[in-house]
Amino acid sequence: MSKILVIAEHLDGKLNSSTARAVSAASAVKGEAIDVLVLSDAPEAVAAEAAKIEGVSRVLTVARPENAHPLAAVLAPQIAKAATGYSHVFAPSTTFGKDVAPRVAALLGVAQVSDVMSVEAAHTFTRPIYAGNAIITVEADAAHTVVATIRTASWPAAPSGANNAPVEALTVDAALPTHTRFVELKQGSSDRPDLQSASKVVSGGRGVGSKENFDIIYKFADRIGAAVGASRAAVDAGYCPNEMQVGQTGKIIAPELYMAIGISGAIQHLTGIKDAGTIVAINKDGEAPIFEIADFGLMGDLFKIIPELEAALGA
Amino acid sequence: MKILVGYKRVVDYNVRIQVKPDGSGVVTDGVKLSANPFDDIALEEALRLREKGIAEEVIVVGIGPADLTAHLRNGLAMGANRAIHVVTADAVQPLTAARVFLKLIEKEQPGLVILGKQAIDDDANQTGQMLAALWDRPQATFAGKVEVADGKAKVTREVDAGLEAIEVDLPAVITTDLRLNEPRFIKLPDIMKAKSKPIDSIEFGSLGVEAHDHLKTTQYAAPAKRSKGVMVKDAAELVAALKQKGLL
Repeated sequence: MSKILVIAEHLDGKLNSSTARAVSAASAVKGEAIDVLVLSDAPEAVAAEAAKIEGVSRVLTVARPENAHPLAAVLAPQIAKAATGYSHVFAPSTTFGKDVAPRVAALLGVAQVSDVMSVEAAHTFTRPIYAGNAIITVEADAAHTVVATIRTASWPAAPSGANNAPVEALTVDAALPTHTRFVELKQGSSDRPDLQSASKVVSGGRGVGSKENFDIIYKFADRIGAAVGASRAAVDAGYCPNEMQVGQTGKIIAPELYMAIGISGAIQHLTGIKDAGTIVAINKDGEAPIFEIADFGLMGDLFKIIPELEAALGA
Repeated sequence: MKILVGYKRVVDYNVRIQVKPDGSGVVTDGVKLSANPFDDIALEEALRLREKGIAEEVIVVGIGPADLTAHLRNGLAMGANRAIHVVTADAVQPLTAARVFLKLIEKEQPGLVILGKQAIDDDANQTGQMLAALWDRPQATFAGKVEVADGKAKVTREVDAGLEAIEVDLPAVITTDLRLNEPRFIKLPDIMKAKSKPIDSIEFGSLGVEAHDHLKTTQYAAPAKRSKGVMVKDAAELVAALKQKGLL
């Protein structure tokens, strides 16, 4: 029977919702146990959150001062040790999981399945290649541990609240390297919803024209309670910071409502949004590819349309 | 110091990928092939480190069939000093690629290995991290800025939360993100010069690397298509439609 170890992603003492999505994927394996591993200098609060996620059997914590920051070179040897006895090791396919999981896989001497979209059987998965232009079915060797990253946009977050899984402290005997040191994390300070988990996202593209003009996007997003995203073109042009990029090499998201404003819709961008519930496109170019996949398209000047939308929303 | 750069050839990013009707693969016959864009960024970064006097030699590495030499010549034309061609007709998975690089590292003793964060064909995003693990050295993935001095590299990484800076001791593996740099264009005289630069060919079988493919791809499918929706005439109609769906 399968036993799955899910690596928790967390920051500033809070569990990232990507973890609950990875738990959903773990549930789809239909194994006998799903344990969540929390590596931190102070894992208590994160572990308590993880224990509430439905489907979680146990939460295992490794408390070490070296785990204060998520350095793959430091975490991977501990995860590889903790993985003993598990058939699967899952991590969310976020920059955290993408960084650490392959290092774990290599330490275990196994391949990794990246960006799992569906679990067809305990060792059979689907995943996207070529920016999602093809979906492959891959079979992992059942004789080895499967290391996989979970494409968060393909999985709902497992519900939280009803469960009360036991939390157990784990001691792992792993020598940790000192060759990699955390310096700093510069986070975009924002009171807006988190882009990766928001139910509504408003994104701006090259058509917005400048960093100053992007204010109209922020303002509209705030009006409807949405997170703000951007196309690669907008990030490259310096209109907004890198963490806002949506697409093949940025964030892959699946909000209920996605509004693409001034975004032409390069295939690499569409990859990041195709699991959205409803896609709205606003663009002055009626031939823009974004209209090919939008549920609702509105052709015209965004600087005229956004105030009209705000007016139509009423007081 | 030497810098090894992974230089993979992939289907050009502008090509619209088609899945073969029988689900056995994607159509690659006759399609344009190019350097993986992240690898061009990796090579550019290595060249800049050489131009700053931090590195002496930049070596591009490719793993692939006999005709890969033409692709490696592009890397040489861009400015690499020499190329290593690991010859194999088979596609290699990331773990195998990492093992190949480890063999080359043992021979070349580079101070840095710079790879693209992912190849835009398999989108795996694994090889750099796996190599760093096998080599037991630091990894600095998704690099948006690299500063090398005193046997260390300070790397600013593009992460979901923002920008994370880490410091790593060399030797180390760096994987590149999009905004690290803008790769230079190849000039005609450089193409001529590249013709005389050396390409070492090494048979994959001679490296003693076991191609251990734990993953088997059993089917290729086209993604589910989103159907084209409707065009609305104005903002009021759009807001009404979204309100009706309970989205606003």
